[in-house]
Amino acid sequence: MENNVNNEVDFEVIIVGAGIAGCVAALKLADKGYSVLLAERGQSAGSKNLSGGVFYCRVMEDVIPDFVKKAPIERYITRNCISFLNESSFVNINYGDARLENSVTAVSVKRAKLDEWLAQQCEDAGVTFMPGIRVDELLMDGDKVVGIQAGDDKLYSHVVIAADGVNSMLCRNAGIRTRELLENLAVGIKSVIGLPKDTIEERFHLKENEGAAYAVVGDCTNGLNGGGFIYTNSDSISIGVVVKIDALAESSESASDLHDRFLSHPAIEPLLRGGELLEYGCHMVPEGGQAMLHDLTRAGLIVIGDAAGLALNTGSTVRGMDLAAGSGIAAAKVVDEVLSKKDFSQAAMDAYYTELNNIVVGKDMKTYAKMPVFLENPRMYKNYGPLLGDIMYNIYNLDTTPRQHMMSEGLKIIKKNQLSAFQLIKDMYTGVRAL
Amino acid sequence: MNKNPFGDVTERLDKDRYETDIEESHIKVNQEAAAKSNAVDLLIRICPAHVYSKQPDGSINVMYAACLECGTCLAAAPVGVLSWQYPRSGMGIIFRES
Repeated sequence: MENNVNNEVDFEVIIVGAGIAGCVAALKLADKGYSVLLAERGQSAGSKNLSGGVFYCRVMEDVIPDFVKKAPIERYITRNCISFLNESSFVNINYGDARLENSVTAVSVKRAKLDEWLAQQCEDAGVTFMPGIRVDELLMDGDKVVGIQAGDDKLYSHVVIAADGVNSMLCRNAGIRTRELLENLAVGIKSVIGLPKDTIEERFHLKENEGAAYAVVGDCTNGLNGGGFIYTNSDSISIGVVVKIDALAESSESASDLHDRFLSHPAIEPLLRGGELLEYGCHMVPEGGQAMLHDLTRAGLIVIGDAAGLALNTGSTVRGMDLAAGSGIAAAKVVDEVLSKKDFSQAAMDAYYTELNNIVVGKDMKTYAKMPVFLENPRMYKNYGPLLGDIMYNIYNLDTTPRQHMMSEGLKIIKKNQLSAFQLIKDMYTGVRAL
Repeated sequence: MNKNPFGDVTERLDKDRYETDIEESHIKVNQEAAAKSNAVDLLIRICPAHVYSKQPDGSINVMYAACLECGTCLAAAPVGVLSWQYPRSGMGIIFRES
């Protein structure tokens, strides 16, 4: 073993990446009294991270009681909108519910603030937090991960937790998780637009501290597999597009043009009018669902959060941060067990799979396992928005011609949009089966 | 293309904060492999930060200081074209509002 013959370690656990997954795992392990190092390549926690939208944060109650009262959150999401956006029309399902106001399950966050606060909670709990450290490699002793290397520095531990994000260079450089299939990846491109609090509340029909989240499909990606998102922060709006990288690569579209197309769409631009751009960013999103949940353990190693491919796009909700937190909790539980038994073998670490499958993370990944394939259907992005637009137009455009029965009009509209009733029923059936 | 009311990519990146590593680029291009696979047009199109551009001789110019570190180029580029690591410790983009 490299320079480490006495089996002495610098820390019992080393966690790479101070995002939500890494911080949650660190907090849980520090609470158990273990010595934990949390390394982060950014100058501060969160400085490399972008929120993908809504944090379904109920899981955090298990980590930090009264999380929503204590943590730096932006707004409680009480209004959800699914929007089919076409070139010259849109059809929205805008859902508000007093029950959502009373049960805080979803919040908007800025990761620079939230992650920095989480890292502070870790330090307060006794974690050694080292920001501004890019970890280059895992140190191996045969098949067992025994520590990390950053520059010339080597640090040894019984267990390493890789929480280094969707591109996990740690796992990639070690050959543990190889180059990801393009079909499992998407890129999110986002602008944060500053606007006064009351302007946001007026435009989105919100009470103070309440927020809205939009999932948009159709014209925002010019028909490519992906979608648009809008969500409200305290005094800014986060808006952008997420597009599958395989679809983007095969198309002739430019990534930044798709972002611009969405922000300047006549149905969207008025929401942002008069605002000031605060930040422009982009981030990779794991979109492969259950197909990406492989090679999450080695002797002495557990992979969590985005690095493990833990994200879920269900078409209406896009989840990642809650799964990151869940996987951090699961990893901490397994690491506690392996540390108390002093068994860091592959078989011992594999308890992590069982743990994941027993909690909502694994269960939901399984429930939505068919979703990525369903979302590959190009009709979702090209045909159904215009179809809905035409149906609504037919209903509201009373142009003095006598009205026809909805059924016969509907079939005509379906045909005009190059669809068949059979396809429609088939897609609905597949969709319902995937949900 | 519709004009973004918040400026073009260069103007938008001006709002972002970076700690630029003036000694070392975290992105390296194998120009020969890139030319063979005609990767330049793909890289120009898919990078949201417009890091990549084409030189008059057809080779790829990398403005690594503008990189937002998403990894899209690394994922989509043909094998062997890019050598890409995150910027060195503490360097690169510093998000504050996202």
